Amino acid sequence: MSDNNTSPLLELSHVGKEYYGNRVLSDISFSIDSGEIIGLVGENGAGKSTLLNILFGMPVIASTGGYEGSIHIDGKSVHFTSPNQALAAGIGMVHQEFSLIPGFTAAENILLNREVLNGSLMSYVFSERVSTLDREAMHNRANAAIHTLGVNINPDMVVSEMPVGYKQFIEIAREIDRKNTRLLFLDEPTAVLTETEAEILLTALKKLAKSGIAIVFISHRLSEIKELCSRVVVLRDGKLITDQPSEELTTRQIASLMVGRQNTRREEHRVILEKASDVNEVLSPQPEKKKKPKPALRVEHLWVDMPGETVRDVSFEVQKGEIFGIGGLAGHGKLGIPNGIMGLYPAGGKVRLFGKRLTLNRPRAALSRKMAFVSEDRRGVGLLLDEPLDWNITFTAMQMQGRFLIGIPYIFQMRNELAMRSEAKKFIDSLEIKCTGPSQKAGELSGGNQQKVCLAKAFVLRPNILLICEPTRGIDIGAKNLVLDTLKEYNKENGTTIIITSSELEELRSVCDRVAIVDEGRIAGILPASSPAEEFGMLMMGQNKKNNDDEEGEESA
Amino acid sequence: MIKKFIDNAGWPRIIIALFLLGLFIAAPFVGVNVWTSLNNTLVRFGMNGVMVLAMIPMVQAGCGLNFGLPLGIIAGLLGATLSLEWNTEIMSRLLDLGAKYNITWLNEIFVNTYREPLGFASAIVIAIPVAAVLGWLYGKLLNRVKGDEMMIATYVGFSSVSFMCIAWLLLPYKHPTMVWGYAGRGLRTTISVEGYWLHVLNDALAIKINDNFTIPTGMILFFLFMAVIVWIFMRTKTGTAMTAVGSNPEFARASGVNVDKMRTISVVMSTILGAIGIIVYEQSFGFIQLYMGPFYMALPAVASILLGGASVNKASILNVIVGTFLFQGILTMTPSVINGYLQTDMSEVIRLIVSNGMILYALTRKVRAGR
Amino acid sequence: MIRKLFDIIANNAVPAVFIIISAFAIPLSGFSASYLVQELLTRIGRNSFLILSLLIPIMAGMGLNFGMVLGAMAGQIGLLLICDWGVVGIPGMVLACLIGTPIAIVLGVFCGHIMNRAKGREMVTGYILGFFINGVYQMTVLYLMGWVIPITNPNLLLSRGYGVRNAVSLLGIRGVLDNFIPTMIAGTEHSQQFLSIQGSGAFMLLQIPCFNGAIRIPLMTLIVIALFCVFIIWFRKTKLGQDMRAIGQSQTVADSAGIAVNRTRIIAIVISTVLACYGQIIYLQNMGTLNTYNSHDQAGMFSIAALLIGGASVSRASIANVFVGVILFHLMFIVAPMAGKNLIGEAQIGEYFRVFVSYGIIAIALVLHAWKRNREREAARRSLRGGA
Repeated sequence: MSDNNTSPLLELSHVGKEYYGNRVLSDISFSIDSGEIIGLVGENGAGKSTLLNILFGMPVIASTGGYEGSIHIDGKSVHFTSPNQALAAGIGMVHQEFSLIPGFTAAENILLNREVLNGSLMSYVFSERVSTLDREAMHNRANAAIHTLGVNINPDMVVSEMPVGYKQFIEIAREIDRKNTRLLFLDEPTAVLTETEAEILLTALKKLAKSGIAIVFISHRLSEIKELCSRVVVLRDGKLITDQPSEELTTRQIASLMVGRQNTRREEHRVILEKASDVNEVLSPQPEKKKKPKPALRVEHLWVDMPGETVRDVSFEVQKGEIFGIGGLAGHGKLGIPNGIMGLYPAGGKVRLFGKRLTLNRPRAALSRKMAFVSEDRRGVGLLLDEPLDWNITFTAMQMQGRFLIGIPYIFQMRNELAMRSEAKKFIDSLEIKCTGPSQKAGELSGGNQQKVCLAKAFVLRPNILLICEPTRGIDIGAKNLVLDTLKEYNKENGTTIIITSSELEELRSVCDRVAIVDEGRIAGILPASSPAEEFGMLMMGQNKKNNDDEEGEESA
Repeated sequence: MIKKFIDNAGWPRIIIALFLLGLFIAAPFVGVNVWTSLNNTLVRFGMNGVMVLAMIPMVQAGCGLNFGLPLGIIAGLLGATLSLEWNTEIMSRLLDLGAKYNITWLNEIFVNTYREPLGFASAIVIAIPVAAVLGWLYGKLLNRVKGDEMMIATYVGFSSVSFMCIAWLLLPYKHPTMVWGYAGRGLRTTISVEGYWLHVLNDALAIKINDNFTIPTGMILFFLFMAVIVWIFMRTKTGTAMTAVGSNPEFARASGVNVDKMRTISVVMSTILGAIGIIVYEQSFGFIQLYMGPFYMALPAVASILLGGASVNKASILNVIVGTFLFQGILTMTPSVINGYLQTDMSEVIRLIVSNGMILYALTRKVRAGR
Repeated sequence: MIRKLFDIIANNAVPAVFIIISAFAIPLSGFSASYLVQELLTRIGRNSFLILSLLIPIMAGMGLNFGMVLGAMAGQIGLLLICDWGVVGIPGMVLACLIGTPIAIVLGVFCGHIMNRAKGREMVTGYILGFFINGVYQMTVLYLMGWVIPITNPNLLLSRGYGVRNAVSLLGIRGVLDNFIPTMIAGTEHSQQFLSIQGSGAFMLLQIPCFNGAIRIPLMTLIVIALFCVFIIWFRKTKLGQDMRAIGQSQTVADSAGIAVNRTRIIAIVISTVLACYGQIIYLQNMGTLNTYNSHDQAGMFSIAALLIGGASVSRASIANVFVGVILFHLMFIVAPMAGKNLIGEAQIGEYFRVFVSYGIIAIALVLHAWKRNREREAARRSLRGGA
């Protein structure tokens, strides 16, 4: 830990990145010394993953035009073009999703492709690959790596039989075993751990840092960041917001730095979007809405088994004619809620639509109750990429409502291509979808136009309730505003209840009447959109009321 | 412009089309009559067309190429053999009916004019329910093994063919022209349909152009009729849903379509078409081939539709027509022309290389994301 | 617990069913024990090597290598050439292997590349590839041999002067490996009697009391097979074997760990193809005749069926599966026709029955595999959700 006045282990200066004219990172500069632990925090989309991709030389960076600025290791300039180069330079990475081979033992996984080999004559004649493995040495090496972490896992245990927490340790052990690893990136390592396991991990990381390895710790659990890291780097909208010692910051301050608290910016955004509508009315919609006795949608104790977006226990009500937002960090279950209500993933609990119980787990049931859904997975679920636009727009209405067909129902019905085309044309005009016509394949459109097609598909159904996931993900700013405007207009003209799920808090706050924040599969709180940004930030970070009190106590002490 | 055409058509197709064209050009120089060749090609086209058509529903519903076609063929064989077995009985019953109510025209119809077409129709009528049941079971099976349909289909086809080998021996068929003479039971390996419904379609409305060229109008019309049925079906609500299932099952599910049901329907349709296809084939070929006969019948059909430009998950009627014509053209022309040049029969080898090369090409083509 | 029990039953159901079938069919067939043992020994020697060649691609997660017929064809080309050149005995076999090896390597590399382009459907691709190469093989043997490739032996050629006959006698190498170390097992009382029947030639004789009859043992072949088993056991312990197991379980993880996935997959297929080439040569030296246009076809199908009957699955196979499989499959093969005849009075039924079983077993194994895989995928999905 002693500072020998040499150059830092890793130094980033003015790093920036643009994807197709879309700026995702700009002017990032910070440095790490060996033995230091840095907390890297930021909302989803703040640019963390792009930064990691740059550091690891992921091919996606080079194939999209490289990056700006420079990276120095030990004062020497480096420019990685493949992950292997980064590994060779001593950068290790533990990903969010496990990259372990389930049928292998802990030792085999830790030493994957770095096995200890018995020397043999054959290996000189052919290649190293024909040497046999030295199982005992592998066992010992793996054991040593595991012990560095301060946990007790049998290296001969098969990974598929391990509890989730163990797998995380095995991943880290693998990086530690790499002899030259000097800098370790951990991407939300505690997300899958129990509290005790997380504590063991934090202790282990401190121990590692003492041995001289620098650690970059990415987490949304701010208390962990505060406990572990000596410095906190906050990213927001691709910019470095702050880089300061963690003692100087409270978790509350970190949270508000992450989500940003410039209300002025929000107002501007809102004014643009709202045009003529009365700002005051939107800012205080509650009293008026409360008059209506029956909510449009009432969700009680909903759980949804959607991979990566598990919903554990969620209850909320949405009033008729309301625009309701659901926010929260990726992976905490906000996307699971609409997907579960629509019956796309196994779900349970009670959902009432205008007072009547909705059958779950059957998309048909939800659609027949005049609900429409725009999926977050446009290419996977939202569109028929190989089929023309008119198919995409009218298909659901045709199957569910028997429209765009000619013939006798239940006996013989053929699709009415003329009606399909004219309906598609209508939407192409009204939503300004850029395409060659209704017979162009959906896969050939740009992201923004594809999203408009998805909206058209939902509008054709003439829904009572419209559920929209990530309406602006991956589309450019112009299309973004158009999509949001369209939604607002649709809501005003038809009185349709709209539920928007989005990772972008600003967007939700500018469009919605109320916003619910989901944290670890549960609703952390529902606030009027006019509440200050940091309130939302605290909810997102899992800092509920109780923690806040602790925090304040700590501050005063 | 030319490049676009090549991209659309694909290199293998162009090479094979040029090869076929070359064969037709070279034919007169080795004394092969082009008219005869054309005639043969056309007849084979009609014979095999319906079986190739049977690929469409399954491909469109995302179940892959129907290597399990032998299952449909078995249904067709059952229909064909039973129609022969019961032919006399059915006819005499109808005659009795005619006699009873004194309807002489009935007699006229059954005994004379329409005896053969009626026999043919009865084969199809018997085959369809059998095919529907087999196809339904087969569809249920394929729904449980999504992602591995093609390999499993192949072996389901093979095992059902070999199972039927046992069944052909044991089933209580009695008709003397069909069972082995010495044992008095067990069906023969090939059974002639002469006197029953040989060439009912080939000869119907046949137009004779010259000595060597006769258009088998009936058979072509029958094929077109089946093609139109498939075409219309793919345009119905169900057919549209089926195409969507093949294109993106998740989309279809989110739109309230029952994915498994659509897949099952497609498999049932494929199987029924296969059954009809083999009966059409037999009436032209003249024989019912039992036992290991249907074993490799799926491969030419699969190769044909791929040759016509279909991929593993998209196929159209045009693919069927183009593909069947090209494939059968090669099969007819290579023996005669190559034989003329080299004095050897290379048709079998060329068939193997072309058909399997075509399937390989389709299998290794870059599939779009998400299967 | 119940799941575990279910797994045990599911994993061993196939061999169990076959043991039961055999238990009924053996008495029905009326074959004597010594006859059956002799037949089985012969067939173990004949087929094991071919089946063993399937193990490595399974390890690498490429499923049942339906492309092994490529190797078989390479071996046959080697055999045809040595027949023409009149090289006999063990040198003949070795030469055939030497000729077959480069051909098998080339075909294996080709096959590997094609399979890398068709990931996820290796089996159906390998299967079709088998047909495709069969076409090329037929073209070579039927047209090029004796025309482009010089073949002088008129006994090999068709009467038209080029192209190889349908059946080629391999008298020159027939049984050379099997009888390299002539060995017999005989009951004490019968040994003299059998020695006299065998006539000249020294036999290593193992006498076992209370054994009725005499059995010849293809000792050298069995030794070669044993060596091969040792090779596979060794191979599993190497780095290459470890890489293949890793790729077999997860290509993405293996790739991110820096293992050359595509290259390793090609190596797996090449090894399998070359071994299948040797396997086919051993098989044919036992048979003594080469069915130029059919021998290889059946090699693939029967080997795969036997392996599956031995309890292997598309993703997991062991040496034990090979031997259990070869015994059970061929037991049924020997017994079925006679049992069919004695039961129904029709030997043909038994014939068809065994064909049906071969195909049926492959179909069932594939279905079970796909089914299980889809279930596991579901389970993996569920485990992702964590403790809800």
